[in-house]
Amino acid sequence: MSGNSRPGRPGFLALELDGDGAHPAAWRKARHAPDELLNGARIRSTVLAAESAGFQVATFADGPVSSGRDVAGRLNALQRAAFAGPVTSSIVLVPEVDTVYTEPFHVSTQLASLDYVSGGRAGWLVAASGSTEEAAAVGRSFAEGAALAQEAAASVEVSRRLWDSWEDGAVIRDVATGRYLDVDKLHYVDFETPSDFAGPGYSVKGPSIIPRPLQGQLPVVAQAGLLPSDADVVLVSAPTTSLLAAEVAEVRRAIAGGGAVVGGGAVDRIGPAVVAELDVVLDSRGQSASARLAELDAFTPWSSSRARFVGTAAELAGFLAGLLAVADGVRLHPAVLDVELEELAQLVLPELRRRGALKPFAQGGTFRELLGLERPLSRYASPGSEN
Amino acid sequence: MTQHNRAKFQPSGKIQFGIFFQGVNSGTIWKAPESGSQTDFESFRRIAQTAERGLFAAFFLGEGLRLREHLGRPHALDVAGRPDAQTMLAALASVTSNIGLVATQNTTYNDPADLAHRLASLDLLSGGRAAWNVVTTDNAWTGANFRRGGYLDHADRYVHAEAFVETAKRIWDSWEDGAVSSSVTADSWAGPGHARRVHHSGQHYSVDVTPRLPRSAQYRPVLFQAGDSPEGRDFAARQADVIFSAHPKFDDAVEFRADIVSRSLAAGRGANDVQIMPASEFILAATYEEAREKKEWVRSLQIGPQQAVAYLEQFWGRELSAYDPDGPLPEIDPVVEETSETRGSGFHGAKARQLAEQWRAEAKEKGLSIRQFVSSRTSRVDSTFTGSYAAVADTLAEYARVGAVDGFNISPWLIPTGLDDIVNHLVPELQERGVYPTEYVGSTLRENLGLATPVRSEPLVPVQL
Repeated sequence: MSGNSRPGRPGFLALELDGDGAHPAAWRKARHAPDELLNGARIRSTVLAAESAGFQVATFADGPVSSGRDVAGRLNALQRAAFAGPVTSSIVLVPEVDTVYTEPFHVSTQLASLDYVSGGRAGWLVAASGSTEEAAAVGRSFAEGAALAQEAAASVEVSRRLWDSWEDGAVIRDVATGRYLDVDKLHYVDFETPSDFAGPGYSVKGPSIIPRPLQGQLPVVAQAGLLPSDADVVLVSAPTTSLLAAEVAEVRRAIAGGGAVVGGGAVDRIGPAVVAELDVVLDSRGQSASARLAELDAFTPWSSSRARFVGTAAELAGFLAGLLAVADGVRLHPAVLDVELEELAQLVLPELRRRGALKPFAQGGTFRELLGLERPLSRYASPGSEN
Repeated sequence: MTQHNRAKFQPSGKIQFGIFFQGVNSGTIWKAPESGSQTDFESFRRIAQTAERGLFAAFFLGEGLRLREHLGRPHALDVAGRPDAQTMLAALASVTSNIGLVATQNTTYNDPADLAHRLASLDLLSGGRAAWNVVTTDNAWTGANFRRGGYLDHADRYVHAEAFVETAKRIWDSWEDGAVSSSVTADSWAGPGHARRVHHSGQHYSVDVTPRLPRSAQYRPVLFQAGDSPEGRDFAARQADVIFSAHPKFDDAVEFRADIVSRSLAAGRGANDVQIMPASEFILAATYEEAREKKEWVRSLQIGPQQAVAYLEQFWGRELSAYDPDGPLPEIDPVVEETSETRGSGFHGAKARQLAEQWRAEAKEKGLSIRQFVSSRTSRVDSTFTGSYAAVADTLAEYARVGAVDGFNISPWLIPTGLDDIVNHLVPELQERGVYPTEYVGSTLRENLGLATPVRSEPLVPVQL
């Protein structure tokens, strides 16, 4: 298989659930008062709406709210995902989690815990945003450029090693010998930052404090270019909708050129899954998408590095069907969550399902299963030790 | 309340319960067929919902930052492995509605702005039910898992912790009440100056942050603290809402209460401002005889022969598997460690030889085998309530009457069914005696504990964003 086109294979749709939507003035068109945004009830209702609409993945942005936005508050993304875990049953929950100004040991444990509370539906959207504000908050010097990518790679490597540091079946509860653990299945990770590490170097001893996550390894999601050799899902942006499919194909070619075959015989994709990023504004309740956008922009202009689709639900369904023929998935960033999600649920996703462009709904499935990734053996396990 | 009343302690006449779910310990029985997983979410959901049915004030999670070791390897015999406290509590927030959610979190290996933000987040997600059990660590052994490492001197740890807690409080208090608009037709999402920048520059931290969350329904997370040294008690008297004490025995509890009241007054707070909830274990049945039998069964499963020998090995610093668990304590001396690190256990190298001598003498005098001796050391004699439901309820009613404590943090020895008999039998007995709540007073932890609204930690100085 060429790897750069997959005619007829269905993909998945992800929905970014931050705040009231991706538009900085989204809160003005939300169907609730501002002070009803930052609570559990709001998370419950949006994530359940996304799940019942048929989205396979929900993502949760994190970090300081940037100065270009009207809304000045944001709950921790990993906790929002954890809150959503027990109230949902099929949607994959992927919080953005920082790698630069957080402790890797904590991050690893938190993400493993998210996998437990969601029944194996967790992923990690790796952030290395590197704002001066985040650096000042924890009293660290500001990292940027290559140093950020190095921090991200180190943090991901620590987590991956810690997730493997308890082999599967390390908890044996052997009454006869009185042993709760099989200590031979626990491993020190002994991570050290490389000698050319730009930031303050560090080490992490291990093992983890929590048994191996349900998925073994949580899928790692990153913007294209951040983790060249270590992402399971790569997010691809383009300046316009017309360039997006070509950019997806280009990133896939670049990855496949230097990448490894992922998984066993069941998977014929080369390299990580490629997911296109798309801002979305739709016609709604008799108002055209462009009029809605103009109205929102009059309050606060929306600048975004993502391609933006502005049009009808039918046009979007056609566009996504074409895009899903080249991408493994598409992540939608709705302008106004309350408005766009209604249109997506009623008109767009049903049409995509009719066309066979969407993967079937998988109750109780894991994120790895959605991506077609096998559950890996711990790197510390000796061959054949899965028995 | 008048100044006069604030200076005099007044018993509330009530007992509250919290549940302390321990993830790494020798007290939780895992050998019985009914013992469930320590990591599956269903265990947590089951026990948290049972606690809520029993009107428990709070659900506590401990914290683990390094796996316990035994003779240089991870410790194989006891329960080990646990989820991250705040992640688990955020998940439990969606399947509970009144119980408080308490996360044990270390000040040494966290950054104040980050931890304060995550706790504020949990507080909003749960509708004002979050709390922080503040703990400190000073050892490099735990620090080996963190970028911050073992940089903290022992003498510094409360200075460090207090600067941390004060910074966190300023972060939680940084938004004015009602800062975020409550009208769908509002012109702006939040009023001008809704958040004040928090700056702290000290020996251990430099924090410069614009907090991104408003205050919760309970204003800010409730603070628990467990320090027992004079410094720890003073820290708690100045900063905490509730002390998670190690003094459940009646006379000891009364004495501890008096000490905390005087320290609270000295810190400029009211006599009732700091509540006390000791850790405890309950072994209950319909009759005293049944409860005694149950206790034997619990102890035999907590301390089997291997656990008994391993317990001594921790202090001897050497392998003792050749010794008969039903025989006397080893005559050989402990290996004295070069290092004074705690290795995640109760081991203190320098005192090991002295301790071993003392224990040998004690066991010999009382005629105890290794197993019997270890059982007596670890059975938490002082913190176990054993008896019939009615008799234990009478005992607890006496605690309530004099105000010896405000409640107990129950460590269940069985997961996830370990609270069933307490909720089904002990709670109704306490309610009949009028010393236990019959409904949740409110939806926030602060309301349910009867704590006052906190005073804002600094004057309002709005900044231009």
